[in-house]
Amino acid sequence: MSGLPQTADYVRILPELVLSIFGIVVMLLEPLFDERRSQRTLGSIALIGSLVAIMASVFQAQNPGFAFWNMVRVDGFSVFFHVLVTTIAAVVILTSYEYMSVQRIRAGEYYGLILFGTVGMCLMSSAVELVLIFIALEISSISTYILAGFRRREAASSEASLKYFLLGSFATAFFLYGVALMFGATGSTNIDKISPALEQSTVPPLAYLAVALMFVGLGFKVASAPFHIWTPDVYEGAPAPIVGFMSTAPKAAAFAVLLRILFEANAPGRFWLIWFSAVLSMCLGNLGALVQTNVKRLLAYSSIAHAGYLLVAFAAAPEVGVSAAMFYTAAYAAMNVGAFAVISHFANAGEKYVTLDDYAGLGRRSPVLAATLTIFLLSLIGIPATGGFFAKFYVFSAALKADLVGLTIIGVINSAVAAYYYLRIIVVMYMRESREEIPVRGIPLGLGTALVVSLAATIYLGVLPGRVLDYALASANQLMQTPASAAAATVNPGR
Amino acid sequence: MTANLHLWLIPALPLIGAASNGLMGRRSSRRAVSFIALVFCGGAFAWALYVASRFSSLTLPHAETLGPWIRVGGFSADFAFYLDPLSLIMLLVVTGVGFLIHIYSIGYMWEEGGYYRFFSYLNLFMFFMLTLVLADNYLLLFIGWEGVGLASYLLIGFWFTKDSAASAGKKAFIVNRIGDFGFLIGLFLLIKHFGSLNFDRVFPPVAQMKAETAGAGWVTAIGLLLMVGAAGKSAQLPLYVWLPDAMEGPTPVSALIHAATMVTAGVYMVARSHVIYERAPEALTLVAIVGVLTALFAATIGVAQTDIKKVLAYSTISQLGYMFLGCGVAAFSAGIFHLMTHAFFKGLLFLAAGSVIHALGGEQDMRRMGGLRHHIPWTFWTMTVATLAIAGIPPLAGFFSKDEILWRAYQASWIYWLIGVSTAFLTSFYMFRLLFLTFFGEYRGAVAAGPEHGRGHGLHDAPGHGGHGHIHESPTVMLLPLVILAILSLAGGWVGIPGSLGGGNRFDKFLAPVFDTTAIAQNREHAVPGEQVPPESEGPATETGRGTELMFTGVSVAAAALGLLLAWLLYLRNPELPQKIADALGGFYGAVLNKYYVDELYAVLFVKPLVDGSARILWQAMDQGVIDRTINDGADGARHLSDNVRHMQSGNLRSYAGWVAAGAAVVIAYMVWTGLR
Repeated sequence: MSGLPQTADYVRILPELVLSIFGIVVMLLEPLFDERRSQRTLGSIALIGSLVAIMASVFQAQNPGFAFWNMVRVDGFSVFFHVLVTTIAAVVILTSYEYMSVQRIRAGEYYGLILFGTVGMCLMSSAVELVLIFIALEISSISTYILAGFRRREAASSEASLKYFLLGSFATAFFLYGVALMFGATGSTNIDKISPALEQSTVPPLAYLAVALMFVGLGFKVASAPFHIWTPDVYEGAPAPIVGFMSTAPKAAAFAVLLRILFEANAPGRFWLIWFSAVLSMCLGNLGALVQTNVKRLLAYSSIAHAGYLLVAFAAAPEVGVSAAMFYTAAYAAMNVGAFAVISHFANAGEKYVTLDDYAGLGRRSPVLAATLTIFLLSLIGIPATGGFFAKFYVFSAALKADLVGLTIIGVINSAVAAYYYLRIIVVMYMRESREEIPVRGIPLGLGTALVVSLAATIYLGVLPGRVLDYALASANQLMQTPASAAAATVNPGR
Repeated sequence: MTANLHLWLIPALPLIGAASNGLMGRRSSRRAVSFIALVFCGGAFAWALYVASRFSSLTLPHAETLGPWIRVGGFSADFAFYLDPLSLIMLLVVTGVGFLIHIYSIGYMWEEGGYYRFFSYLNLFMFFMLTLVLADNYLLLFIGWEGVGLASYLLIGFWFTKDSAASAGKKAFIVNRIGDFGFLIGLFLLIKHFGSLNFDRVFPPVAQMKAETAGAGWVTAIGLLLMVGAAGKSAQLPLYVWLPDAMEGPTPVSALIHAATMVTAGVYMVARSHVIYERAPEALTLVAIVGVLTALFAATIGVAQTDIKKVLAYSTISQLGYMFLGCGVAAFSAGIFHLMTHAFFKGLLFLAAGSVIHALGGEQDMRRMGGLRHHIPWTFWTMTVATLAIAGIPPLAGFFSKDEILWRAYQASWIYWLIGVSTAFLTSFYMFRLLFLTFFGEYRGAVAAGPEHGRGHGLHDAPGHGGHGHIHESPTVMLLPLVILAILSLAGGWVGIPGSLGGGNRFDKFLAPVFDTTAIAQNREHAVPGEQVPPESEGPATETGRGTELMFTGVSVAAAALGLLLAWLLYLRNPELPQKIADALGGFYGAVLNKYYVDELYAVLFVKPLVDGSARILWQAMDQGVIDRTINDGADGARHLSDNVRHMQSGNLRSYAGWVAAGAAVVIAYMVWTGLR
């Protein structure tokens, strides 16, 4: 277990390396540009960085295996989340060009932080060592804490940042404590070593406590009830593109960690934990969203509900549940990033226009954007021909396969309730006359590209879900392989 | 792996055309809209020709998968295309005739509002029709099947401000739903028994089975249910009622969708499912009976119609009946042959009728036509060719295909043949009646009387056609498709000249790989005793068999000639005679004129109970009483709860931390309890 890292080790963290380098470049170049030019240039560098990282992730896929003394595991599963998270970052960067200049926020560190945060999220999805997962979680969280407070002139934004930071640290502490107890219970912090220990007939009671604590920490990150409480306030205050980012990318990464810990490590006693958390998230999220008048806040509650739907997949059997959850994260990312891209455009300077009333009449005055937002909202409801439909379909069919009829019924009823508040936005846009008119601007190139990408992804997943689902199924099987055989397959020669 | 022909391009091109015209056509000029529509439709035709040129080098059947589509459990359906002689013929007919009708429509629709909308729908139709034809599984076929229904609905109701057009669109859609219901259940049965809807996974196991003679098995059930779907789409008894009303759409639509292509989808589907039908003789017999009865029934109605398009509509139903008869006696290639020739001559008949309507500024009633042959000679001559073809006069296209069906029908049962020949006589009669009433005799209309009378005549068909004022020949862009289709109606049958007339029936041989593999000998058992019937109609005929076949050919030609003669006697020699006969027949004539009151019967039997039932039970009792109350009460409750949830959100950090801690405490307590238990 010693010796110097080799080339293969570095290849297996190539996307993280690329993102870090580009992030550092952005930070270094930041003082060289004045405010006006910094936007485009630094943003573009960050965009290139994330695109290169996507390519690096795809490249990585050809050479799966362990790296850095079994702390990192590159497999189909990690590549899936790498590509997902870096793509989200790229789309959010594209969305931010216009937003940042309209809000008059100096850019530099903003793009750097997105890249650094993405490093953490990527690492979360490939780390199989709990301590490394913790570090990755912190890299990702700290970046998002700062990003949430980027509208420095607004009190709400600083409040959001501070709340997020304090509560987040609180939750992370739970996670860290869980890691420590897990080490105490099994003698290891490596998931592949923990899992055989937990498969024995007598599982140490301490392990249950460890799982509980880690679940609290991760439940906070994915905004599932009862740890969702921070979400509405933080989403309301944070800059709109960042909400699009942090409601999808860190969540996806945290779900990846949860999948690894619960399924790969075969965590004990998880079923009812997940069951109640799923039910509570769906119900509280959807009920909370019903009366909201602020669109960002509304979508914050909606994201709690979606975390609940996702947890339904966790309660199902591993073989179908993992792939359904993976598909769901991808579909949710496509539609939610897209929705927030439209919201950031409509928000205008100082995020003045984010309430439901402001959206009145947009169907007529800004038909293209209104139609785009409508598609994302329909996808969030789960209307066929959109990604949201198949996401829900696979999750619920996975649950049914595991005979979770009660959970499925609760989920379906919740989706029906949710239709109300999504449709309300559509109704307001198309059927109500506007009182105060949001200044309508043209769609800049960056935002346009971002919307096209998320729209294409949403519809692709809704019309041709087969390819992505096949991939998810294959990588889920890989994930469920016994660690021994996985390790045997990837022993590094020369060690 | 054989060559990749990029079959997906064929449906994709019209889809691009539909999308570009639909999205941008409103602001584009008519020229640009026509250009886009023609290029993408023509592109599909060109690609189909390219595929045809490469066809001989393929190993058949040739399948191409574009990508996975639905994978649920063990069930999968892909975006995959399937090419064999059958789909190639359908492909060429649909793209070729479709392209000609696109050209024609430019002239016909030029002065209409919603020009871009029309072409967008028309291209959309092409997309779905080609998907249907190329699909390699029933699910994709069903997508195309529903899609053409949608396009048909949109185009029938193209002049949606007109009440009759809007309700005709609805009628077509709803009647088709009934058929689709049967079709869908058939598909569910297929999934249940084979776990798949792919042709290459369904047909081989069926082909291994023995024919179900008891008629109680599920293969028969599937066959019957698929037939219900086919009867809806292809306007067969008892679901034909939508097609005559569909004539509310613009005439090129009637030509393309309601004559040449979409309505033949049912025939195509039955032919495609021939493996199933060959194992279900009862279902196949039903196909034949429905077909032959529809043929006769619709032909009798066609005799009394006065609207030029309605005559053609009933004629279409009747001809589709022939196709089903062909399929029903297991002469699938004969059915497809008639499908092809019918696409030529019926497409031509509709386009020519459109040209007449265009010339007369929207007039569709044949009683107000007459003597037009000097005014619109091109239309007259092309229509004459089409009429000769449909009447079955040799050597035009319709003669060969109809004769083939009748001969094979005779081999199955002489009753089929008798009804078929009677229908042929009626067909010839009502078609020449149409021709004589329209083009011969004295002009009985008002259009030429003066330009001021011409205005406002656009009541029936195109509202915009009222402004011309005098009888005029159509522009070249409309005449060109007429001429091409006339040539095809003339010569299109020569690919299938039967052995008895010295030809080789190349059409039958071309399709043989599709249908021959599992052909059953059953039909031959019914042959007239003492005669040696050739094993296949194109096979080397023995002298007696050949003689018999020639004799039957003579009879059907005689029936056609008799129909012509009768029409000539009644409508040219003694124009006042028809009225006398009608008066003499009294009630029977009234029944025929009113289409046997079938619409009224359906209204009493189905529509009214449904409307009443849905108003009382579904609307007032269920919807208002149960659903609305539940929803309203539920919503109130939800809002109440929602307020409570909102109150959790105090904004106070300490209380938030408290919630997290409380949640954590519950989780930990539960887990510790499970762990220690």
